[in-house]
Amino acid sequence: MRNMNPFSAIGDFATFFFRSVFIPWRIDKTKRRILEQVYYVGVGSLPIILIIATFVGLVSTVQTSYQLIGTVPRYILGYTVGRMVMIELGPVLTALMVSGRCASSMAAEIGTMRITEQIDALETMAIDPYRFLSLPRIIGTFIALPLLTVIAELDALFCGAVYAHYFLRVPFGVFNYGLIHFFVARDFFGGMAKSVVFSLVIAAAGCYFGFRVKGGAREVGRAATYAVVTSSILILVLDYLVALVIFG
Amino acid sequence: MIEVKNLSKRFDSLIILDNVSFSILDARLIVVLGPSGTGKTVLLKSMIGLMPVDSGEVIFDGKSLKSATPTEIYEIRKEIGFVFQGTALFDSMNVAENVSLPMSEHTSASSREIKKRVTEILEIVGMSGKECLYPQALSGGMKRLVAVGRALVLDPKYLFYDEPTTGLDPMMRDQVVNLIINLKKSYAKSGIVVTHDLDTARAVGDEIYMLKNGKISKLKKIKKELYG
Repeated sequence: MRNMNPFSAIGDFATFFFRSVFIPWRIDKTKRRILEQVYYVGVGSLPIILIIATFVGLVSTVQTSYQLIGTVPRYILGYTVGRMVMIELGPVLTALMVSGRCASSMAAEIGTMRITEQIDALETMAIDPYRFLSLPRIIGTFIALPLLTVIAELDALFCGAVYAHYFLRVPFGVFNYGLIHFFVARDFFGGMAKSVVFSLVIAAAGCYFGFRVKGGAREVGRAATYAVVTSSILILVLDYLVALVIFG
Repeated sequence: MIEVKNLSKRFDSLIILDNVSFSILDARLIVVLGPSGTGKTVLLKSMIGLMPVDSGEVIFDGKSLKSATPTEIYEIRKEIGFVFQGTALFDSMNVAENVSLPMSEHTSASSREIKKRVTEILEIVGMSGKECLYPQALSGGMKRLVAVGRALVLDPKYLFYDEPTTGLDPMMRDQVVNLIINLKKSYAKSGIVVTHDLDTARAVGDEIYMLKNGKISKLKKIKKELYG
């Protein structure tokens, strides 16, 4: 894997992704494993996402007020913080946190299964390891990440509104006026589109590097690192590309 | 019947399998002996298509693995139970889940039927009452027995054992050996055992082969000084 040139690596990653997703599967056999992943990615990441989102809301409100208050009407604070959170900060920071937490653990878990012959065991039992291991993780993350993003955005906006009300003398009503009156559906759905794309990248990177492990414990550790670094870079690259398509 | 024809495999310049050929008749168990590192596991994994070979083919009941589609390969593998040297039990699943996995994946059996089959299998391998234990809580020998149970659950025609008694204490080794003999006699399971343990080979093998320097040869008798 380390010796692959970048084009081969991209091709290999894409092949892995399509091999994992476009595969015959039955909902009754896979449902439980998908739900386990939704729980692991979604519920498991919730505490850290709430902490991050709280501070995202606070920081964006503080910095927006520093730049704008006194020069524009105060409801602009709700409008600006809302757009920032929905378009960029909510989807990207949630994805980066989930990537750090889940892509690494997926790579480590699958990598360990690879070196302890558990993946070979699946093959000998005529169970497709891509269907058994990758597919539930990709679908689980695909379901959980957009939901987490919505929760993170609501939390960030709530905390921003509370801060504005108590510390910046911008009442809830004024903040909400800016937020709701200038609400554009495209902002929210654009952010959600990013979140959906990021979810695929996170799970696919975690599984891909796990499947490619050869050797021992050191390679498992490396796979976890590669998974986080690659998915984080891809999140930022795709953030730009999706932004170009939707908002450009 | 399994026919292995002219199987060859090399890693760079190192020849692992050199035109290896033999047959496994129904209800017969063959043993492939050889010192550690001679390619016994490679032979087993190559036979079921887990490792690609350079040349040669393996034919299961007239169906060649070489010309089979991925779906056909999976169909052939359903007739094979594979016991790994390191057991390869899923550490996130308990004993019952490990044993039942092939059944819940490949059949439409109800959970009651699956539970009944798991109980039956664990009784055969001598692990009754251990359904809820996780692999971390099992000894090496117990893991080996559970791995045999998992290999048996779909009632395969062939069983492949990779070093089934390596690293076990004498009592547990006898238990595993007796289980292998019992499965052959009572359930007519044919297959292949690869091992470096001469006592295990003597006890379970209908035919004994020796794999050395990539070449396989049939032995008439196992001598103590076999490994030189």
